[in-house]
Amino acid sequence: MARVKLDNLNHSYVSNPTSDDYVLKNINIEWNDGGAYALLGPSGCGKTTILNLISGLINPTSGSILFDGKDVTNLSPLERNIGQVFQFPVIYDTMTVYENLAFPLKNRGFETAYIDKKVKEIAEILELSPSLSNRASGLTADGKQKISLGRGLVRSDVNVLMFDEPLTVIDPLLKWQLRSKLKELHHEFKNTMIYVTHDQTEALTFADQVVVMYDGVIVQVGTPTELFETPKHTFVGHFIGSPGMNILPCDVNSQNVTCFNHPIKTSSDLKNIKSNSKLQIGVRPEFIKFSPSGLPVIVNNVSDIGRYKVVDCLIENQRIKVIVNEGDDIPSGKAYLEFNSNFTKIYEDSWMVS
Amino acid sequence: MNKKTLDNKAWLFVLPMFVLVAFNAVIPLMTVVNYSVQETFGNNLFFWQGVDWFEKVVNSERFYNALGRQFLYTGIILIIEIPLGIAIALTMPKKGIGVSFCLILMSIPLLIPWNVVGAMWNIFALPDIGLLGYAINNWLNIDYNFTQQPFSAWFTCILMDVWHWTSLVVLLCYAGLISIPDAYYQAANIDGAKPWSVFRFIQLPKMKKVLTIAILLRFMDSFMIYTEPFVLTGGGPGNSTTFLSIDLVKVALGEFDLGPAAAMSIIYFLIVLLVSWIFYNLMMRNEEN
Repeated sequence: MARVKLDNLNHSYVSNPTSDDYVLKNINIEWNDGGAYALLGPSGCGKTTILNLISGLINPTSGSILFDGKDVTNLSPLERNIGQVFQFPVIYDTMTVYENLAFPLKNRGFETAYIDKKVKEIAEILELSPSLSNRASGLTADGKQKISLGRGLVRSDVNVLMFDEPLTVIDPLLKWQLRSKLKELHHEFKNTMIYVTHDQTEALTFADQVVVMYDGVIVQVGTPTELFETPKHTFVGHFIGSPGMNILPCDVNSQNVTCFNHPIKTSSDLKNIKSNSKLQIGVRPEFIKFSPSGLPVIVNNVSDIGRYKVVDCLIENQRIKVIVNEGDDIPSGKAYLEFNSNFTKIYEDSWMVS
Repeated sequence: MNKKTLDNKAWLFVLPMFVLVAFNAVIPLMTVVNYSVQETFGNNLFFWQGVDWFEKVVNSERFYNALGRQFLYTGIILIIEIPLGIAIALTMPKKGIGVSFCLILMSIPLLIPWNVVGAMWNIFALPDIGLLGYAINNWLNIDYNFTQQPFSAWFTCILMDVWHWTSLVVLLCYAGLISIPDAYYQAANIDGAKPWSVFRFIQLPKMKKVLTIAILLRFMDSFMIYTEPFVLTGGGPGNSTTFLSIDLVKVALGEFDLGPAAAMSIIYFLIVLLVSWIFYNLMMRNEEN
């Protein structure tokens, strides 16, 4: 196991790149030994590139990668000793399940007795024991993905285990089971695990710490709670949560914040506003409630999600979503909204003002 | 719910194709069957012979010699062309302008008409004026004359076929290779697989289907080959390169023994069919488990 540190990492897929060509820009991050981390972001934001840089499948344009303080930037994937599970299951078709699991150990020249012990141990944990002697190509998608995972787990000294959207091709029910299995494995083996996904549920349930990426940049690193309560960037607010955060235009003068000419209390310190450019208010639907006075809106639509209702309100063509618990009264027509000031933030150029 | 619409009018659309196939395949084949069981002296007069012609063919040493030569030739060709084709496909570039260059280079031999290939190699290999023949004789100092020495004739026939048809194997294998997702190589890299293991456990299994097609095509084509060796050696010197197809034409058109030739054709056809069927089933048997 190892601490993984990415130091000033930049990457571009073209040689002699100009600033527009970078798919990863100035990535600095440190992952602790034994942690479970998720890399979350929309498709094309550079998640997989980071993963492939850590595993050594590609080399960074600049910057370095350190495992336990040791620079591994120029080492091959084999020397880095990592495990990686890909989006689509990779198995060796002609081998049995047993041979598939034994393959990485065999290549590293371990003794047969040790390989046998290790393979059986891992197969037991992954519930693959009954099919050990079957041809791997005959397994279902989740079985194949377990083999991919198993090939990383059989090496007890693997530095970091990485997952690149591993549940994409798995059925919903099995998806849930396999995800629980992953959590269980993490508790058991204490491996450093990095999990790439564009699905917020997967990321938030798997990881202790989630790294949110957007367009080649890390926008926020934090626990699921932090990402929910204090999104550092409007993208995080929008991407995490269902429905996402409300982003409203606002005006700020020396002391007051107004939104549609109505004063709003926020927890941002107005002194921290630097340039006054593109100021917005962000507040999650969970932190808004109907009250006798406040921001005047028209109730437009109510959708029942089950445990709660999402109320769609309008103020001068601006939509505001409000989450109301089941059973609570929802006014119709004209209504007033009150924002919870602790969770109402000002965003300057999309970045949160603290 | 699942009722499919049945409309027998659909058969009408198949009818023209059926007529076409009947004219170019079924009727000629039936004519051959007709000749194989009868004797004719012209004037559309036929006498029933039963299985006499088949017995004659099956008991003739000449047939077995030609058949043996045919199997030997096909065997040597497969042993050379399949590994060579795989090897070339593996070394071909996967991206960049080199790809089109290599593909065009590989396609050129396939585009040349068979009799032209025969004529080209005939001149190319002539010991006195052909570049190949001259080089072997005068630069390597090996006595080589494909018009007089059986071994030289065989060598030239095989070299010609390898030159003409290895490209087909290359192109099929290449198609198989480029369809392998990168993740396979990446996983193998992470698992610490040596280059031989990558070939043995990833590339070869992924090429299995195209290789099956390549081997089948090369087996059938080389087993029925006629034009190229006929133009090159004419079956000689002596009978040394008289393969089954060349012998068949000699019997049918040279000696005008239509009955035995027809019987021979049918046996020939059944051999090709049988070998292909056995081979295909062997290759596909594992797929189903």
